[in-house]
Amino acid sequence: MIELRDVHKAFGSNRVLRGVNLTIPGGTSMVIIGGSGTGKSVALKSILGLVKPDSGTILLDGEDVAKAERDAFLARFGMLFQGGALFDSLTVWQNVAFRLLRGSLKRPIEEARAIAVEKLRRVGLKPEVADLFPAELSGGMQKRVGLARAIAAEPEIIFFDEPTTGLDPIMAGVINELIREIVTEMGATAMTITHDMSSVRAIADHVAMLHDGVIQWTGPVADMDASGDPYLDQFIHGRAEGPIEAVR
Amino acid sequence: MIALAPLAAVGRSTLAMLGTIGSVALYAAITLGHILRPPFYIREFFSALLTIGYFSLPVVGLTTLFTGGALALQIFSGGARFNAESVVPQIVAIGIVRELGPVLTGLMVAGRVSAAIAAEIATMKVTEQLDALVTLSTNPIKYLTVPRVLAATIALPFLAAVGDIIGIMGGYLVGVTRLDFNAAVYLRNTVDFLETADVVSGLVKAAVFGFIVALMGCYHGMNSGRGAQGVGRATTNAVVSSSILILASNYLLTELFF
Repeated sequence: MIELRDVHKAFGSNRVLRGVNLTIPGGTSMVIIGGSGTGKSVALKSILGLVKPDSGTILLDGEDVAKAERDAFLARFGMLFQGGALFDSLTVWQNVAFRLLRGSLKRPIEEARAIAVEKLRRVGLKPEVADLFPAELSGGMQKRVGLARAIAAEPEIIFFDEPTTGLDPIMAGVINELIREIVTEMGATAMTITHDMSSVRAIADHVAMLHDGVIQWTGPVADMDASGDPYLDQFIHGRAEGPIEAVR
Repeated sequence: MIALAPLAAVGRSTLAMLGTIGSVALYAAITLGHILRPPFYIREFFSALLTIGYFSLPVVGLTTLFTGGALALQIFSGGARFNAESVVPQIVAIGIVRELGPVLTGLMVAGRVSAAIAAEIATMKVTEQLDALVTLSTNPIKYLTVPRVLAATIALPFLAAVGDIIGIMGGYLVGVTRLDFNAAVYLRNTVDFLETADVVSGLVKAAVFGFIVALMGCYHGMNSGRGAQGVGRATTNAVVSSSILILASNYLLTELFF
């Protein structure tokens, strides 16, 4: 279980997180929605320690993540980045098996490659792709490779940062389905940030809406359409009129 | 208040410069602290050694070849004013080995390698590859900076040694073909005049320049701003700062050695 308690973060005078409180139960899929620049990525990166909160506490299974042993802590996570964040200088299989080729999870090269090829197959890519470089792949294929890398070491917790951004609707649907299948099959805790409502409906067990640096609404995805929250209503229906200013 | 504005601007610039010096010093200390602690990324080290060392050979070779030739012409022309044309081999040798070989090697590698390192790492930052490294339990300084700094520190003395030889050869070619020196006498004068300390001091300088070049490339890459403009600025800053530091440290090392 992941808990954020009164988390604050500012960049200069820009107060991005203003007291975020959120609980993500273990084994469930939480999707955080909100407009661009509302701090979704900052919240996610704060959990991973990529951004240091100014105040507040983040707990993973009751333990303060700021005090956790870094390598052991990060070994529990997998992450799919918005642009894939694949390493240009490495081949696809070396990207997927990155964690398996070094550090505490190191395996023999042949075994790491076999695992990478299997994970590529799991995300719908053929073994021939393994020896290509990321620059030789389409955007959709890069997302799949990023997904394969996120699950390569069988993490307990997987983060997805805008998984469908830049993809056509069909490829976005394929990625959404893959994420849902993989999270269910691995029994992992998932946290996704997106503003794509089709992703929300496909991936989420629970939804949280971040607005003005706080969680505006949270609840099961089934309750989202009948929440009665004007902010959430405006967002999920994509209305220009409402309490959220269209120009931020 | 308006009268104080220029003073305030100078103050701000000074504080910013002191902040950068502190930040670079801290980055250097952290990098040095990681060099002897595992894990060691051997593959990345040899890859950097190839890129920084081997692929810089043509640039360094051409630069020192032409500089050696030009130096021979200048010394001959200047020496003629007090009947000292015969010292061309000795002055070319000492000038190249002590100063021009290591400094030109450092500056050319700064232009070629420091810029490339800064651009590569800055692009990795912009595309979240540095964040990805962290989430994959890999320290970016250990994985990116340490192999490049080690490789440059080791490669530069070898590059400078090759540059020394080619630079002296440039002087020799001009001396023999244009200035009517006897080939055997030119070579003997060069070899007899050089001392071990001349060569060693030049190679030590080159090692320091290698450290500076890679460190500045990595530092500016890791601390780049956002977008294409951030990458461009990181590249420029890496080349400018490493070039200035090479020239400043060259003076300090020369004071130390001689």
